This record gives sequence, C-alpha cells and structure tokens, in this order.
Amino acid sequence: MSATGSLSVRKATAEPRWVRWTLTAVGLGFLFFFLGLPLLAVFVEAFAAGMPKYLEALADPEARSAIWLTLFVALFVLPFNVIFGVAAAWAIAKFEFRGKSLLVTLIDLPFAVSPVVAGLVFILIFGAQGVFGPWLAAHDIKVVFALPGIIIATLFITFPFVARELIPLMQAQGKDEEEAAVSLGATGWQMFRRVTLPNIKWGLLYGVILANARAMGEFGAVSVVSGHIRGETNTLPLHVEILYNEYNQVGAFASASVLALLALVTLVAKTVVEWRMRKETETLDAALPPEKTE
Amino acid sequence: MPRLISKLAAALFATALSLPALADASLLNVSYDVARDFYKDYNPLFQKHWKATTGENLELKQSHAGSSKQVRAVADGLEADVVTMNQASDVDFLADKGLVAKDYAKKFPTNASPYTSTMVFIVRKGNPKALKDWNDLAKPGVQVILPHPKNTGNGRYSYLAAWGYALKQPGGNDKTAQEFVGKLLKNAPLFAAGGRDATTTFMQRKIGDVLVSFESEAELIAKEFGRGEFEVVYPSLSILTEFPVAIVEKVVDKKGTRKQAQAYLDYLWSKEGQENAAQNYLRPRDAEVLKKYAGQFPAIKTFTVDDVFGGWAKAFPAHFKDGGSFDQIYSSK
Amino acid sequence: MQRRVLPGFGLSLGYTLVYLSLLILLPLSGLAFKASSLSFDQFWDIATGERALASYRVTFGASLAAAAINGVFGLVVAWMLVRYPFPGKRFVDALVDLPFALPTAVAGITLATLYAGNGWIGRHLEAFGWKVAYTPYGIVVALTFIGLPFVVRTLQPVIEDIEPEIEEAAASLGASRLQTFVRVLLPAIFPALLTGVTLAFSRAVGEYGSVIFIAGNMPLISEITPLLIISKLEQYDVVGATALAIVMLVLSFILLLAVNTLQWWAANRHKATSGEAR
Repeated sequence: MSATGSLSVRKATAEPRWVRWTLTAVGLGFLFFFLGLPLLAVFVEAFAAGMPKYLEALADPEARSAIWLTLFVALFVLPFNVIFGVAAAWAIAKFEFRGKSLLVTLIDLPFAVSPVVAGLVFILIFGAQGVFGPWLAAHDIKVVFALPGIIIATLFITFPFVARELIPLMQAQGKDEEEAAVSLGATGWQMFRRVTLPNIKWGLLYGVILANARAMGEFGAVSVVSGHIRGETNTLPLHVEILYNEYNQVGAFASASVLALLALVTLVAKTVVEWRMRKETETLDAALPPEKTE
Repeated sequence: MPRLISKLAAALFATALSLPALADASLLNVSYDVARDFYKDYNPLFQKHWKATTGENLELKQSHAGSSKQVRAVADGLEADVVTMNQASDVDFLADKGLVAKDYAKKFPTNASPYTSTMVFIVRKGNPKALKDWNDLAKPGVQVILPHPKNTGNGRYSYLAAWGYALKQPGGNDKTAQEFVGKLLKNAPLFAAGGRDATTTFMQRKIGDVLVSFESEAELIAKEFGRGEFEVVYPSLSILTEFPVAIVEKVVDKKGTRKQAQAYLDYLWSKEGQENAAQNYLRPRDAEVLKKYAGQFPAIKTFTVDDVFGGWAKAFPAHFKDGGSFDQIYSSK
Repeated sequence: MQRRVLPGFGLSLGYTLVYLSLLILLPLSGLAFKASSLSFDQFWDIATGERALASYRVTFGASLAAAAINGVFGLVVAWMLVRYPFPGKRFVDALVDLPFALPTAVAGITLATLYAGNGWIGRHLEAFGWKVAYTPYGIVVALTFIGLPFVVRTLQPVIEDIEPEIEEAAASLGASRLQTFVRVLLPAIFPALLTGVTLAFSRAVGEYGSVIFIAGNMPLISEITPLLIISKLEQYDVVGATALAIVMLVLSFILLLAVNTLQWWAANRHKATSGEAR
C-alpha cells in the first residue's frame, strides 16, 4: 500500500475538515436555538427569585409527592415497554408475514392520537359513564382518577417507543448472525442474550430513554385521567400547570426544571450502561478467541 | 430494578394509607384552578372550627384544574364530596347528570355563590391609550388581550361582559351587541390559552394595550409582577361573576359525609369564611365584611348572567356552543 | 418454503398482537363506538365544517413543515453526535431528550416567551419584520421542538451501526466522500430517517399542550384541530369531540400506512437488487 492510497481512503471515509466544522456548527446552532435556549429560559425562571425560593418550592410536600408519583409511574411502565418493544421488533424485523406494514402502522398509531383524546378514550371505557364504569363502581375498583388510570394512560402514550427504535435497527442488521448462532446449536435464549441483545443495546437504550422521558413529561393524557387530587394523583407536569395558573411562576418553573434534570439524568444512565457494556465485552474478548475473521 | 420499584410502591402505598388513618372523615373538594389560594387558607380555618364543634378530625383534599374539565371528571367518577366552581354552567352540567340537586343554587344563600368578582381592565402604567370603558376597547388601533372566549371560563365572562355592556347602551339589541363584540374581538391579536396565559402575554411579553381579567387576579398579578407596571381600570358597567358551590349528592350519600360536606360549604358564609374571601380579593357577600374591606373593592355597577342573559343555561348555547354568536363572528359566510 | 430458522416467531407476534389489542385497539374502538351514535350526515357536518377544514390545513401543514425541518437538522445533529468529537458532547446528547421530559405546557410557555416580540429570539426576528409567536410560524416552532428527538434518536443507532468496512470499500473503489455519502450511506440510513420524520410528523399532528400557548388560536388562521376537540369537550359535546378525533386518527393512519408500506416495499426492492440469497 502506498501512502497516497491510505490518504485517499481516509479522505473518503471522513468528511473534509471544513464540512465537519460546518455540520457541527449547524447542528449545534440548531440545538442551541431549539433546545438550549428553552432549557436556559426554564432555569432562569426557576432561579428568578434565588436559590432559597427554588429549594423551598421543591421542598413543598405536594411537589415532593408529585415527584415521587411521576418517578413511580415511569419506572412501573418501563418493563412493559421493554418486553413489548423487543417482542414486536423481533417478530417484525426478523420474519416475513402478511400485513406487516399494517401492524407497524398500528404500533405507530398512539403517536398520532392527540394526548387529550388518549385520555378521553380511557374515560370512555373506565369512567362512571363508560363501558365498564358501572361494573367497576359496583366492585369498588378505581381505575380512572386513581393510580391505575395514570399508569394505563402512560402505557398508551409510551407504547411505540422501544419497538419503533428497534425495528429499523434490527431490519438493518438482518438475521445472519442469529441464524448462525442457532445453526451452531444455541438455544433461543442464548442466541438472544449473546447475539441479539449486544447488537440492539443502543437502540434499546434510546427507546427506553425516550419512553422514560415521555412518561415523566406527559401532560395531556394524564391530565384527563388523573383527577388532579393534590398529594395523591397529581403528577409533576400537572403540578407545574397548577402552580403556573395560580401565579406561582417560580414554583412552576422549579418543578419543570426537575423534569428537565431528570431528562439529563439519562446522561448518567447512558454513561453507566456504556461503561458496563465495555467492561463486559472486554472480559468476553479476553475469554474468547477473536470472533471476527476477515 | 424490581427491588427499587417494590420499594417505591411500598413507600407510595404507605403514604396513601397513613394519611386517612389520622382523620375521622375525609372530604374531596374539586375546584377550579385559581381557587387554590383561597382554599389553602380556608381549609385550616374550617378544620379548626369542625374540631371545636364536633371533636372530629377532618381531612380535606383539594383538586384544582380547569373548571369544565373538573366537572367532567366528577361526572366520570371522580369522587368529589363538594364542587366549588367559577361558572354556573359547569354545576348545571352536574345537575343534568343527577349528581347535584337540580335546585343547587337555592340550597345555599346568595345563589350558592359565597363570593363574587367582576371583569376589569388591566392597562399599562399611566393608561397611555386612555382606556376607560368597553367602547374604548373596540376602537381601532387598540390591542385587547383576553383568554379564549369560547373555551375558557374567564374568556366567556369577558365576552358576556362586553355583550351586556353593548345591550345596555341606548338602542342596544342583540344585533348591535354582536357587532360591538365583533369589533372588540378584531382588536385581539391572539386568544390566550387561559387566564394565566393572558396575563403572561400582557405583562411579561408586553403585548397589547389592555388585559381583560378578573378583579381578583389583579392582585395576583401585582404579587407576581409588582405594582409598578400596570393600573386597574373599572369600566362603567361589568358582569358580576359568581362562583357556585354544591354538594355532590351521590358521593356524600355513598361515603356518608353529607354532614361534613354541608358544614364545609355553610362555613363559607360565616364571618371567617367571608373575611378569607376578602383577603383573597374576592368580593364577600356579607355586607359588614364588604364594608370593612371597602378600600380594595371600588364600587362598580354590575349585571348578572341571570339578569341579562336569562341564566347560563341560555347564555351558553346562544354564544359558546358550535354555531353560537362567537362562531358567527368568525364565520366567513 | 424453507422452515424458519429463528425461534420465537409465534411467541413474539402473539404477544405483540395481544398487547396491541388490549392497550390500543380496544380503547380506540371505544372511540368509534361513541361516535357511532352520530348519523353519517351529522358526522360529515362536524368533519367538514369550515373551521374544521381550516384547522386540518393548519395542523397538517405545520406538522409537515416541522417534520421536514427536523428531517434535515435532525440528520445533521445525529451525524454530528455519532461521528464528530467535540467538547460537551455528552451534555448535548442528553439535551436531545429534553422535549419529551419537559411538560408540553412548559415548552409552549417558554417558546412563546422566547419568540414573542420582546423575547430573546423574537426581538431579533421582529427586527426583520418576521413575527413568529402567535402566528402559524409559532406552531411550526413548537412542533419542531417536540418532534426533534424522534428523528435524532431513530437515526443515532443506525448511524452507529454502519460498518466502517462499507465506507472503506467505497473509498478504495475511488468514490469521493460525497459520492460515498449519497450512494452508500444515505441509502443505509434513509429508512430510519423516513421513520423518524414520520414519527415526528404524527406526534406533531396530535400535539396540543405546547401549541396553544404560542399559536394565538385565532379561528381559521392559527386554530389547530386538537383545540377544536377541546372546544367540543368544553361544551360537553363528547360525541362531537370523538368525531373530530376519528377524522384525525383516520387521516394519520392513512399517512402512516402509506409511509410504512413504501418503506417495506423499498426494503424488499433493496434486498432483491442486492441479490441477497433467501
């Protein structure tokens, strides 16, 4: 190989410096205007009255119970979303069957449903005037205006995320690796654990992070089914709205900043996962002979 | 992860269970969104009063959100013992559904509304456009900020106030009133999402020459933005806004809380309850208390929805249902 | 017909269908059931009223514009986040999820404040005579904000997954970087890009919370369909609200189905042309 050869390879596998810089500038500029400034504005409002007022707003028992409720709901729906997402993506990406695009479209549908309508739908079913309303009332089971309603509405709006992240990724990856694993005698679980999971980890993680952020931030659907009982069924986004409406701007934005911070926590989560995965592959690499042969 | 979830669940259920254990009975008050300040002060007053008279510890839970959203929730099964709303049409809806007595307005004094307010103008310091009355708001070149007249409670009150003013002018009738309101709405550069959003638009984003708002919100505005930047203008005539309360019959019968619910609402008309209203800048019904706080409630001529529109049951469909006067103003046909 | 090599088809598909039916289809059929109390004429009147038609135009137009903006800039951002090193990258990466975590109302209030005539951004735009807040442009801004994560997060794993060998091969065959990108990389990431844009679009169509604060909500001009649905609910007209909801749902469903079918068809063609052995 001559020096010019490797130079031209590098030239064609990476953009010229000026393109890189322009793209980075454009990307960062876009993010700054659309995400950075709004985030900054939220924190400016939250700290408008100083740190003590900020902390005071968050120490409020109603704010605290709203934070706990929001975290609880987000964690509760997580496993449901993961299991469904992986199952749906597996069926759709690795097999051919009729009506596949119909199925994918149905999975996408909750995104297109206005959150208000999503909430309304569950009122129509579980509300006092709804289909199951009289039966539920007779058995004294509370679904809407209680925790179950909030969980169901959150499940509905976060339903597509994991599946939608995984499908294009798994389709792009094809099924050769899994087929190889199976033909070498791996059981289904071994194949999934050793081949599929490492391949889809990033997509899965992004899906979970997105679903999680959405679960915590959801307002419209939850607002319809929550009942807004302070200290009981008031989630953090609902709390934010009420505080804002009653002219407690600092409290409202302080609570909103908590939600923003929770979103940034994914940064930590991602780093941890990244670190653990790297460690795992390192130990695997050490134990096994190199798998890739050119 | 599962351990964390079960821990969280345990904590949540512990708090959910431990609270009622302290109280002998519990009431849920489902209310509109800016009433929180009022009930935050009122609830401890009543709890003390109830403890003193009956020895019972009463737990009071609050739910606040948009008024009609709240009554829909009650109709759909939110177990409110009492509702405290900012518009009769919302309680009417519950009466139609059989949750509230048909004659709820007669069950308590003063039309079941323990306090009132009215719609006033918030203008920029010094009133640079010299806006004095509703007809000034309909003049060309004036920008009016108000919440959505069809979809929000305060927007509807603002709309009816302007309509009623036009009706009471010499030669006023429904046709001239609709024209007048149409001209006034042409001056609105936007319809805010709610009362609070209208305030933010006017005060923080500095849009518009005048904000139409509840008198009681002017004080909240002062609390948030300071007194230095705005003035309150009282028009020659405005609408008396009533805030009806009612017992949700079905729920109190089921829970056995009728006694407590009745006392809770009755106490709103007590001296303490009326004082609390005045301190939250809501006009008390009690003449003595009103006199005591006369300094913060300038005299203003008002009309009620019942006087001019024959009640909400007529006003709502005529103006705010699809195809009503608001939609006619915005139809190109 | 060859026997399926991979396990778990029946289990995964069955589970998917059951879960989908219970959580999505059954509830949504409740919507149709509710609306069925309307006669067809009544339904048609609600669905094709002057205000309703104008609101479809605003809603779908603004959503399309926002999805297109996100398609272009989302691709740049995703590419930048995967391929280029720069200081503060982790923070920027985490920032992308913000639009989901921030309650939509807060987003709407904040964006309206930023883009109003005296806001940090609005004051510079109005210097050029461009009003954004309280116009349909404001709606596009809000919808761009809430849709961005869809595009970036759908693209990121796919870009991460591109094997460097492909690019090296293209390069060693003498392709320029631009050619490699257009001929090799873009086809590989295009399905994901299309998915991301479609999802951003459908999310935008239903969005209510952030839009009402920045739209201005003027009838026929900046009134979105979800606002009309709320308006029906404010009149306690649940049936009318479900009618509008169904119109939106059907329109979105058709659009989504078209895109998904197109994608499936393109993927099959791609497979056929690349001569992958079955």
